[in-house]
Amino acid sequence: MRYHPEHDQEPWFETYEVPLRKEWVVLDALNYVKDHLDGSLTFRWSCRMGVCGSCGMNVNGVPKLTCATFLTDCAPGPVRIEPLKNFPILRDLVVDISDFLVKLANAKPWIIRKVEKPLEEEYFQTPEQVDEYKQFSMCINCLLCYAACPVYGLDPLFSGPAAIALAQRYNMDSRDQGAAKRMDILSQHEGIWGCTFVGECTKVCPKHVDPAGAIQQYKLTSSIEWLKSLVLPRGAE
Amino acid sequence: MINPTEYVPKSYRPPVSTYWWLGRWAYAKFILREISSVFVAWIVLLVLLQIYALKHGPAEYEQFQMWLAKPWVVLLNTIAFFFVVFHAVTWFNLAPKAMAVRLGGKRLPGIAVAAPNYAAWVVVSAIVTWIVLRG
Repeated sequence: MRYHPEHDQEPWFETYEVPLRKEWVVLDALNYVKDHLDGSLTFRWSCRMGVCGSCGMNVNGVPKLTCATFLTDCAPGPVRIEPLKNFPILRDLVVDISDFLVKLANAKPWIIRKVEKPLEEEYFQTPEQVDEYKQFSMCINCLLCYAACPVYGLDPLFSGPAAIALAQRYNMDSRDQGAAKRMDILSQHEGIWGCTFVGECTKVCPKHVDPAGAIQQYKLTSSIEWLKSLVLPRGAE
Repeated sequence: MINPTEYVPKSYRPPVSTYWWLGRWAYAKFILREISSVFVAWIVLLVLLQIYALKHGPAEYEQFQMWLAKPWVVLLNTIAFFFVVFHAVTWFNLAPKAMAVRLGGKRLPGIAVAAPNYAAWVVVSAIVTWIVLRG
Protein backbone atom coordinates (compact mmCIF):
# COMPACT_ATOMS: atom_id res chain seq x y z
CA MET A 1 0.00 0.00 0.00
CA ARG A 2 1.26 3.48 -0.87
CA TYR A 3 0.31 6.82 0.64
CA HIS A 4 2.10 10.09 0.15
CA PRO A 5 0.63 12.77 2.37
CA GLU A 6 1.90 15.52 0.03
CA HIS A 7 -0.39 14.58 -2.85
CA ASP A 8 -2.63 11.60 -1.96
CA GLN A 9 -6.13 11.97 -0.56
CA GLU A 10 -6.17 8.29 0.38
CA PRO A 11 -3.88 5.24 0.10
CA TRP A 12 -3.60 3.18 -3.07
CA PHE A 13 -2.00 -0.12 -4.05
CA GLU A 14 1.07 -0.63 -6.18
CA THR A 15 2.28 -4.01 -7.42
CA TYR A 16 5.93 -5.07 -7.52
CA GLU A 17 7.48 -8.31 -8.72
CA VAL A 18 10.16 -9.72 -6.46
CA PRO A 19 12.20 -12.94 -6.66
CA LEU A 20 10.95 -15.77 -4.44
CA ARG A 21 13.85 -17.14 -2.43
CA LYS A 22 13.50 -19.87 0.13
CA GLU A 23 15.21 -17.97 2.93
CA TRP A 24 13.53 -14.62 2.25
CA VAL A 25 11.05 -13.04 4.59
CA VAL A 26 8.53 -10.34 3.63
CA LEU A 27 10.93 -7.68 4.92
CA ASP A 28 13.60 -8.93 2.46
CA ALA A 29 11.08 -8.49 -0.35
CA LEU A 30 10.36 -4.91 0.80
CA ASN A 31 14.08 -4.14 0.95
CA TYR A 32 14.47 -5.61 -2.54
CA VAL A 33 11.76 -3.20 -3.77
CA LYS A 34 13.45 -0.28 -1.98
CA ASP A 35 16.94 -1.16 -3.32
CA HIS A 36 16.08 -2.17 -6.90
CA LEU A 37 12.59 -1.05 -7.93
CA ASP A 38 11.38 2.01 -6.05
CA GLY A 39 13.54 3.85 -3.55
CA SER A 40 10.59 5.97 -2.40
CA LEU A 41 8.80 3.06 -0.70
CA THR A 42 8.79 3.88 3.02
CA PHE A 43 8.65 1.38 5.88
CA ARG A 44 10.16 0.88 9.33
CA TRP A 45 12.57 -1.90 10.20
CA SER A 46 15.66 -2.42 12.27
CA CYS A 47 16.87 -5.68 13.77
CA ARG A 48 15.59 -8.28 11.25
CA MET A 49 15.34 -10.85 14.04
CA GLY A 50 12.03 -10.33 15.82
CA VAL A 51 13.42 -8.31 18.72
CA CYS A 52 13.01 -4.61 17.93
CA GLY A 53 9.32 -4.77 17.04
CA SER A 54 9.47 -2.06 14.37
CA CYS A 55 8.63 -3.98 11.17
CA GLY A 56 5.04 -4.92 12.04
CA MET A 57 2.62 -4.69 9.09
CA ASN A 58 -0.58 -6.28 7.93
CA VAL A 59 0.43 -9.14 5.64
CA ASN A 60 -2.54 -10.52 3.69
CA GLY A 61 -4.83 -8.89 6.26
CA VAL A 62 -3.13 -10.33 9.36
CA PRO A 63 -0.79 -8.29 11.59
CA LYS A 64 2.70 -9.85 11.39
CA LEU A 65 6.34 -9.04 11.98
CA THR A 66 7.57 -8.89 8.38
CA CYS A 67 11.01 -10.12 9.49
CA ALA A 68 9.42 -13.32 10.78
CA THR A 69 7.03 -14.03 7.91
CA PHE A 70 8.56 -16.16 5.16
CA LEU A 71 7.66 -15.43 1.56
CA THR A 72 7.35 -19.15 0.91
CA ASP A 73 4.51 -19.26 3.47
CA CYS A 74 2.68 -16.66 1.38
CA ALA A 75 3.35 -18.47 -1.95
CA PRO A 76 2.18 -18.37 -4.70
CA GLY A 77 1.25 -14.76 -3.95
CA PRO A 78 0.44 -12.00 -4.47
CA VAL A 79 1.34 -10.79 -0.98
CA ARG A 80 -0.73 -7.82 0.13
CA ILE A 81 1.24 -5.62 2.50
CA GLU A 82 -0.57 -2.82 4.35
CA PRO A 83 0.40 -0.62 7.27
CA LEU A 84 -0.74 -1.81 10.71
CA LYS A 85 -4.47 -1.33 11.03
CA ASN A 86 -6.13 1.03 13.53
CA PHE A 87 -3.31 3.61 13.40
CA PRO A 88 -3.16 6.78 11.29
CA ILE A 89 -0.96 6.23 8.22
CA LEU A 90 1.90 8.72 7.92
CA ARG A 91 3.46 7.49 4.69
CA ASP A 92 3.25 4.21 2.77
CA LEU A 93 3.70 1.49 5.41
CA VAL A 94 4.61 3.78 8.31
CA VAL A 95 1.99 4.48 10.98
CA ASP A 96 1.77 7.09 13.72
CA ILE A 97 2.16 5.33 17.08
CA SER A 98 2.12 8.46 19.30
CA ASP A 99 -1.25 7.44 20.75
CA PHE A 100 0.23 4.17 22.00
CA LEU A 101 3.24 5.92 23.51
CA VAL A 102 0.94 8.16 25.56
CA LYS A 103 -1.10 5.16 26.74
CA LEU A 104 2.02 3.19 27.56
CA ALA A 105 3.34 6.00 29.76
CA ASN A 106 -0.06 6.33 31.46
CA ALA A 107 0.11 2.63 32.40
CA LYS A 108 3.28 3.42 34.42
CA PRO A 109 5.34 0.48 33.14
CA TRP A 110 8.16 0.79 35.62
CA ILE A 111 8.81 -0.39 39.18
CA ILE A 112 7.14 1.91 41.69
CA ARG A 113 8.34 1.73 45.28
CA LYS A 114 6.80 3.39 48.31
CA VAL A 115 10.23 3.44 49.91
CA GLU A 116 13.37 2.86 47.84
CA LYS A 117 16.10 0.69 49.29
CA PRO A 118 19.58 2.24 49.53
CA LEU A 119 21.57 1.78 46.29
CA GLU A 120 23.90 -0.79 47.88
CA GLU A 121 21.00 -3.14 48.63
CA GLU A 122 19.50 -5.51 46.09
CA TYR A 123 15.93 -6.63 45.46
CA PHE A 124 15.98 -10.41 45.47
CA GLN A 125 13.52 -12.54 43.56
CA THR A 126 12.98 -16.27 43.48
CA PRO A 127 12.62 -18.02 40.08
CA GLU A 128 8.92 -18.53 40.96
CA GLN A 129 8.47 -14.78 41.48
CA VAL A 130 10.11 -14.10 38.10
CA ASP A 131 7.83 -16.68 36.47
CA GLU A 132 4.78 -14.74 37.68
CA TYR A 133 5.41 -11.84 35.30
CA LYS A 134 8.01 -13.13 32.82
CA GLN A 135 5.50 -13.87 30.07
CA PHE A 136 4.17 -10.29 30.11
CA SER A 137 7.69 -8.86 30.14
CA MET A 138 8.43 -10.37 26.71
CA CYS A 139 6.47 -7.57 24.96
CA ILE A 140 8.51 -5.76 22.29
CA ASN A 141 5.93 -2.99 21.63
CA CYS A 142 5.46 -4.13 18.03
CA LEU A 143 1.76 -3.15 18.21
CA LEU A 144 0.49 -6.15 16.26
CA CYS A 145 -2.01 -6.56 19.11
CA TYR A 146 -3.41 -3.05 18.54
CA ALA A 147 -3.75 -3.77 14.82
CA ALA A 148 -5.66 -6.97 15.59
CA CYS A 149 -7.94 -5.38 18.21
CA PRO A 150 -11.32 -4.28 16.78
CA VAL A 151 -12.15 -2.50 20.05
CA TYR A 152 -9.17 -0.19 19.57
CA GLY A 153 -10.19 0.33 15.93
CA LEU A 154 -13.70 1.37 16.95
CA ASP A 155 -12.78 3.28 20.11
CA PRO A 156 -9.31 4.87 19.96
CA LEU A 157 -9.67 5.89 23.63
CA PHE A 158 -9.25 2.24 24.68
CA SER A 159 -5.91 1.73 26.47
CA GLY A 160 -5.27 -1.35 24.36
CA PRO A 161 -3.65 -4.76 24.87
CA ALA A 162 0.10 -4.07 25.16
CA ALA A 163 -0.22 -1.13 27.58
CA ILE A 164 -2.44 -3.18 29.91
CA ALA A 165 -0.26 -6.30 29.62
CA LEU A 166 2.78 -4.21 30.54
CA ALA A 167 0.94 -2.67 33.50
CA GLN A 168 0.15 -6.21 34.61
CA ARG A 169 3.81 -7.17 34.15
CA TYR A 170 4.76 -4.61 36.84
CA ASN A 171 1.74 -5.36 39.04
CA MET A 172 2.87 -8.98 39.28
CA ASP A 173 6.46 -8.10 40.01
CA SER A 174 7.26 -8.82 43.67
CA ARG A 175 9.51 -5.70 43.80
CA ASP A 176 6.69 -3.37 42.71
CA GLN A 177 4.31 -1.48 45.02
CA GLY A 178 2.47 0.63 42.44
CA ALA A 179 -0.55 -1.55 41.63
CA ALA A 180 -2.99 0.91 43.23
CA LYS A 181 -1.64 3.82 41.15
CA ARG A 182 -2.04 1.84 37.92
CA MET A 183 -5.48 0.62 38.95
CA ASP A 184 -6.84 4.20 38.98
CA ILE A 185 -6.17 4.57 35.26
CA LEU A 186 -6.67 1.04 34.05
CA SER A 187 -9.91 0.26 35.86
CA GLN A 188 -11.65 3.06 33.97
CA HIS A 189 -14.11 2.27 31.21
CA GLU A 190 -11.47 2.91 28.51
CA GLY A 191 -9.04 0.69 30.42
CA ILE A 192 -9.64 -2.98 31.06
CA TRP A 193 -13.43 -2.70 30.87
CA GLY A 194 -13.28 -1.56 27.27
CA CYS A 195 -11.98 -5.02 26.33
CA THR A 196 -14.66 -7.38 25.04
CA PHE A 197 -12.26 -10.34 24.91
CA VAL A 198 -12.04 -10.87 21.16
CA GLY A 199 -8.75 -12.61 21.91
CA GLU A 200 -7.04 -11.79 18.61
CA CYS A 201 -4.31 -9.76 20.36
CA THR A 202 -3.04 -12.96 21.94
CA LYS A 203 -3.20 -14.89 18.65
CA VAL A 204 -1.09 -12.39 16.70
CA CYS A 205 1.47 -11.72 19.44
CA PRO A 206 4.88 -12.88 18.15
CA LYS A 207 6.24 -13.16 21.71
CA HIS A 208 3.35 -15.15 23.24
CA VAL A 209 2.67 -12.42 25.78
CA ASP A 210 -1.07 -13.19 25.98
CA PRO A 211 -2.39 -9.63 26.46
CA ALA A 212 -5.99 -10.92 26.41
CA GLY A 213 -5.19 -13.13 29.40
CA ALA A 214 -3.51 -10.21 31.19
CA ILE A 215 -6.59 -8.01 30.73
CA GLN A 216 -9.03 -10.67 31.95
CA GLN A 217 -6.84 -11.39 34.98
CA TYR A 218 -6.72 -7.67 35.66
CA LYS A 219 -10.53 -7.53 35.46
CA LEU A 220 -10.68 -10.25 38.11
CA THR A 221 -8.25 -8.36 40.37
CA SER A 222 -10.14 -5.09 39.84
CA SER A 223 -13.48 -6.74 40.69
CA ILE A 224 -12.04 -8.31 43.86
CA GLU A 225 -10.59 -4.93 44.90
CA TRP A 226 -13.97 -3.26 44.27
CA LEU A 227 -15.73 -5.94 46.32
CA LYS A 228 -13.19 -5.53 49.12
CA SER A 229 -13.71 -1.75 49.18
CA LEU A 230 -17.46 -2.37 49.39
CA VAL A 231 -17.28 -4.91 52.22
CA LEU A 232 -14.37 -3.31 54.06
CA PRO A 233 -14.57 0.40 53.22
CA ARG A 234 -11.83 1.34 55.67
CA GLY A 235 -9.60 -1.70 55.70
CA ALA A 236 -9.30 -2.67 52.04
CA GLU A 237 -5.51 -2.25 51.92
CA MET B 1 -1.86 12.40 32.55
CA ILE B 2 0.82 12.91 29.92
CA ASN B 3 -0.20 14.98 26.92
CA PRO B 4 0.47 13.76 23.39
CA THR B 5 3.10 15.54 21.37
CA GLU B 6 1.97 18.91 20.00
CA TYR B 7 3.30 18.21 16.51
CA VAL B 8 0.58 16.57 14.43
CA PRO B 9 1.76 15.47 10.98
CA LYS B 10 -0.70 14.99 8.14
CA SER B 11 -1.94 11.45 8.24
CA TYR B 12 -4.71 9.24 6.92
CA ARG B 13 -6.99 7.31 9.24
CA PRO B 14 -8.78 4.56 7.32
CA PRO B 15 -12.50 4.45 8.19
CA VAL B 16 -13.76 1.35 9.99
CA SER B 17 -16.52 -0.39 8.02
CA THR B 18 -19.73 -1.42 9.80
CA TYR B 19 -19.02 -4.91 8.43
CA TRP B 20 -15.44 -5.12 9.73
CA TRP B 21 -16.28 -8.43 11.42
CA LEU B 22 -17.10 -10.19 8.15
CA GLY B 23 -13.50 -10.07 6.92
CA ARG B 24 -12.10 -12.71 9.26
CA TRP B 25 -13.65 -15.82 10.77
CA ALA B 26 -12.16 -15.02 14.21
CA TYR B 27 -14.01 -11.68 14.25
CA ALA B 28 -17.26 -13.21 12.96
CA LYS B 29 -17.02 -15.87 15.68
CA PHE B 30 -16.61 -13.13 18.28
CA ILE B 31 -19.73 -11.31 17.02
CA LEU B 32 -21.70 -14.60 17.05
CA ARG B 33 -20.50 -15.17 20.63
CA GLU B 34 -21.73 -11.71 21.63
CA ILE B 35 -25.09 -12.23 19.84
CA SER B 36 -25.49 -15.52 21.71
CA SER B 37 -26.20 -13.45 24.85
CA VAL B 38 -29.52 -12.39 23.29
CA PHE B 39 -30.53 -16.04 22.98
CA VAL B 40 -29.45 -16.72 26.56
CA ALA B 41 -31.76 -13.87 27.62
CA TRP B 42 -34.53 -15.39 25.48
CA ILE B 43 -34.20 -18.77 27.26
CA VAL B 44 -34.38 -16.99 30.65
CA LEU B 45 -37.55 -15.19 29.50
CA LEU B 46 -39.00 -18.49 28.29
CA VAL B 47 -38.47 -20.11 31.70
CA LEU B 48 -40.11 -17.10 33.40
CA LEU B 49 -43.09 -17.38 31.04
CA GLN B 50 -43.28 -21.10 31.82
CA ILE B 51 -43.34 -20.43 35.59
CA TYR B 52 -45.98 -17.73 35.05
CA ALA B 53 -48.16 -20.18 33.09
CA LEU B 54 -47.64 -22.87 35.73
CA LYS B 55 -48.80 -20.47 38.43
CA HIS B 56 -52.09 -19.84 36.59
CA GLY B 57 -53.29 -23.45 36.53
CA PRO B 58 -53.39 -26.44 34.15
CA ALA B 59 -55.46 -24.71 31.43
CA GLU B 60 -53.01 -21.83 31.12
CA TYR B 61 -50.07 -24.24 31.14
CA GLU B 62 -51.63 -26.36 28.39
CA GLN B 63 -52.12 -23.22 26.31
CA PHE B 64 -48.44 -22.34 26.91
CA GLN B 65 -47.40 -25.80 25.74
CA MET B 66 -49.50 -25.42 22.58
CA TRP B 67 -47.78 -22.11 21.95
CA LEU B 68 -44.43 -23.85 22.43
CA ALA B 69 -45.35 -26.39 19.73
CA LYS B 70 -45.92 -23.72 17.06
CA PRO B 71 -43.42 -24.16 14.21
CA TRP B 72 -41.85 -20.70 14.54
CA VAL B 73 -41.38 -21.15 18.31
CA VAL B 74 -39.80 -24.59 17.75
CA LEU B 75 -37.51 -23.07 15.08
CA LEU B 76 -36.57 -20.13 17.33
CA ASN B 77 -35.85 -22.42 20.26
CA THR B 78 -33.75 -24.76 18.11
CA ILE B 79 -31.63 -21.80 16.98
CA ALA B 80 -31.52 -20.55 20.59
CA PHE B 81 -30.36 -23.98 21.77
CA PHE B 82 -27.35 -23.96 19.42
CA PHE B 83 -26.46 -20.41 20.41
CA VAL B 84 -26.70 -21.22 24.12
CA VAL B 85 -24.42 -24.26 23.64
CA PHE B 86 -22.00 -22.04 21.66
CA HIS B 87 -22.17 -19.47 24.48
CA ALA B 88 -21.38 -22.09 27.13
CA VAL B 89 -18.52 -23.68 25.17
CA THR B 90 -16.84 -20.34 24.38
CA TRP B 91 -17.29 -19.23 28.00
CA PHE B 92 -15.65 -22.37 29.38
CA ASN B 93 -12.83 -22.17 26.84
CA LEU B 94 -12.08 -18.57 27.84
CA ALA B 95 -12.14 -19.30 31.59
CA PRO B 96 -8.48 -20.47 31.74
CA LYS B 97 -7.36 -17.13 30.27
CA ALA B 98 -9.05 -15.13 33.02
CA MET B 99 -7.92 -17.40 35.84
CA ALA B 100 -4.22 -17.92 36.24
CA VAL B 101 -4.33 -20.66 38.85
CA ARG B 102 -0.97 -21.41 40.43
CA LEU B 103 -0.20 -24.60 42.28
CA GLY B 104 3.20 -25.23 43.85
CA GLY B 105 4.70 -22.23 42.03
CA LYS B 106 3.64 -23.42 38.57
CA ARG B 107 0.68 -22.19 36.56
CA LEU B 108 -1.88 -24.91 35.93
CA PRO B 109 -2.44 -25.72 32.24
CA GLY B 110 -5.62 -24.29 30.69
CA ILE B 111 -7.25 -27.69 30.45
CA ALA B 112 -7.09 -28.08 34.25
CA VAL B 113 -9.23 -24.94 34.63
CA ALA B 114 -11.64 -25.68 31.76
CA ALA B 115 -12.17 -29.39 32.53
CA PRO B 116 -13.92 -28.90 35.94
CA ASN B 117 -16.28 -26.43 34.25
CA TYR B 118 -17.19 -28.98 31.59
CA ALA B 119 -17.48 -31.72 34.22
CA ALA B 120 -19.88 -29.58 36.29
CA TRP B 121 -21.91 -28.85 33.14
CA VAL B 122 -22.25 -32.58 32.36
CA VAL B 123 -23.19 -33.45 35.95
CA VAL B 124 -25.83 -30.69 36.22
CA SER B 125 -27.25 -31.61 32.79
CA ALA B 126 -27.40 -35.29 33.81
CA ILE B 127 -29.27 -34.42 37.04
CA VAL B 128 -31.77 -32.20 35.17
CA THR B 129 -32.30 -34.91 32.52
CA TRP B 130 -32.86 -37.49 35.25
CA ILE B 131 -35.41 -35.27 37.03
CA VAL B 132 -37.27 -34.53 33.76
CA LEU B 133 -37.32 -38.13 32.49
CA ARG B 134 -38.24 -39.58 35.90
CA GLY B 135 -41.54 -37.72 35.84
